[in-house]
Amino acid sequence: MKPHIISVLVENKPGVLSRVSGLFSRRGYNIESLAVGTCETPDMSRITIVVIGDDMHIEQVKKQLNKLIDVIKIIDITEKEHVSRELALIKVHAEPGSPRSEVMQIADIFRAKIIDVGAQTLVLEITGDSEKIQAIETLLRPYGVLELVRTGRIALHRGAPSVK
Amino acid sequence: MKSGAAILIESLKDEGVEIIFGYPGGSVLPIYDELYHANLKHILVRHEQAAIHAADGYARASGKVGVCLATSGPGACNLISGLATSNMDSTPVVALTGQVPTGLLGNDAFQESDITGITMPITKHNYLVKNAKDIKITVRSAFYIAGTGRNGPVLVDLPKDVLTGRVADSEIDRSEPELRGYKPTLKGHPRQIKKALNAICEAKQPLIYAGGGVITAGASEELVKLAELFCLPVTTTLMGLGAIPTNHPLNLGMLGMHGTEYANYAVSGCDLLIAVGARFDDRVTGKLSHFASHAKIIHIDIDPAEIGKNVPVDIPIVGDAKSVLTDMIGMAEKTGCFCEPWLDQVKAWRKNHPLRQITDGKLHPQHIIRKLSEILDGGGIIVSEVGQNQMWAAQHYSFKNPRQWISSGGLGTMGFGFPAAIGAWFAKPEETIVVIAGDGSFQMNIQELATVAQYNIPVKIIILNNMYLGMVRQWQELFYEKRYSYTEMPSVNFVGIAKAYGIEGMQIDSVENVEEALRTAINYDGPYLLDFRIEREENVFPMVPAGAAISDMIGKHIPNEGEEQ
Repeated sequence: MKPHIISVLVENKPGVLSRVSGLFSRRGYNIESLAVGTCETPDMSRITIVVIGDDMHIEQVKKQLNKLIDVIKIIDITEKEHVSRELALIKVHAEPGSPRSEVMQIADIFRAKIIDVGAQTLVLEITGDSEKIQAIETLLRPYGVLELVRTGRIALHRGAPSVK
Repeated sequence: MKSGAAILIESLKDEGVEIIFGYPGGSVLPIYDELYHANLKHILVRHEQAAIHAADGYARASGKVGVCLATSGPGACNLISGLATSNMDSTPVVALTGQVPTGLLGNDAFQESDITGITMPITKHNYLVKNAKDIKITVRSAFYIAGTGRNGPVLVDLPKDVLTGRVADSEIDRSEPELRGYKPTLKGHPRQIKKALNAICEAKQPLIYAGGGVITAGASEELVKLAELFCLPVTTTLMGLGAIPTNHPLNLGMLGMHGTEYANYAVSGCDLLIAVGARFDDRVTGKLSHFASHAKIIHIDIDPAEIGKNVPVDIPIVGDAKSVLTDMIGMAEKTGCFCEPWLDQVKAWRKNHPLRQITDGKLHPQHIIRKLSEILDGGGIIVSEVGQNQMWAAQHYSFKNPRQWISSGGLGTMGFGFPAAIGAWFAKPEETIVVIAGDGSFQMNIQELATVAQYNIPVKIIILNNMYLGMVRQWQELFYEKRYSYTEMPSVNFVGIAKAYGIEGMQIDSVENVEEALRTAINYDGPYLLDFRIEREENVFPMVPAGAAISDMIGKHIPNEGEEQ
């Protein structure tokens, strides 16, 4: 049982996301994260889904996805060398003074950007793999994480394009 | 300039549509106005559910795409169980629904329902058409998707303003649909086929397990030929009945929950299982870990997702059953019987464990089915409802050809059979169409007696009436200590109801009158209803209790001296 990153190239049409997500819910497949957006071809979208399961389970997920008429191609990114990233925005309680400078130091260590400064808060933008985001969140917890939003993982194979 | 509705009718005709089963309503008025003078037959049913079951019955009997039409909102929603039925049994159906005008979509308008959203999980695909110029290409895609690959239902939702909207002829998109994400594999991989042939030659106890895919692919002839080339015994699923004649020496009948004892023993004992167009459904396999547990498995299916879904497969072959079986026959280098002792064993099982028939002078349903089979000489089209009636018909009718047996297998939809028989008759008007029903399921679409009367559709309705929801009662008897909770249905005067619709009928209470009644109904020029008052607590045996291994059957039959199966 390990997480698989599945990249799904779909027709850029209304209702496609609903077909994909509906398939996952009715067949009982658990989505760990899902990210969707337009891609290099204007009439297609790319959905990146992280799903956990054994090999037989993942095989079924891929085959069932392939049955959807609007699904053009599926690649299990995790099968080959790949890069993956996730972006998170974290709003942290940071009183002026020493808490604020401590939060800024943590941000610096993680190469997070501070994109908003409020009277009592800071908003951090962090990019990385899921573990990195998990790590910074853990460190920021004691200061008070007020809101957190993550994009879900997106990924590509290294080298020549594969999901075409 | 052409209206959307006119383009729709033209598109349907271009697809070769001859008949539509439908029911009018507000949103589809523009379509009905076109149908008023179109050269396209429309059958008015009495409930939209019957429209889709009839379209499905037409599709199953003919192999062509069946078409039904319903209005928006409640009309469309009444298609749901029919779409799910068709989806589970992979039958080619195109459902056309009306929709509120595009400007009102999402507005909770009168008779609005998000039918594409609702039917997403129970259709192969669906479309909401937003512009009249796209009707033609959408209908083309819908028929292509429904009738190719693993067949299935496709719904096309048509807002009223799209139907009334007028577009210039030159604006209509008449291009061939480009479906980048839909490319069914038809031809099996030669290397896999070679492997399968080797496995067949090496097997000591081989068995073919054939499903509905063989019927859909029109691969019955090839199946029988392959079986004969290698002396392979064949068992079929409920959906596969007719793929090989019932009385073929290699046929073991149906397997699974109500399969024959000998078919189930053969599955448990085989060392090679050749699955063709079947999907290892739980009603077939029983306890999965005990299903063909000593066997190597070859799985031939057009849908790659079926391969390895329920059981691990040793030799997968993705492709159309007809194409793959033809290639197997063509590529076979050596043929012959490599399994004589196994055939003797199977024959012995068959002789010693026949299906139950009771000859105690009472009115038993098995006798009625066997008599019917004898009178029709295994011909006609037998359309069943769901429940005990379905299983008795499946077990005891002697089929000769594919597409002769129409039944809701995967979904088990009560109320399917009667309207499906109406559709079957329009596909094959030269055939004798017989509905085998229970008193419960017949009452689920009993209103279609009006349709049968209106169009004088000569279906022969056989009700195996036990005044119970028989199959549920059977489970209550066996697994709930005879607590018959809400399964008893007091007597209904079915003959009286038929007569009120202007349909002839007869009630039969004793076994002596069975043959005469059947002959009367079959020879009668028009629809006829037979209400057989059968033994009330007759059970369907043998039976594999839910979750048990298929060799663990209850209600096994010990034959009397000299009794023949």
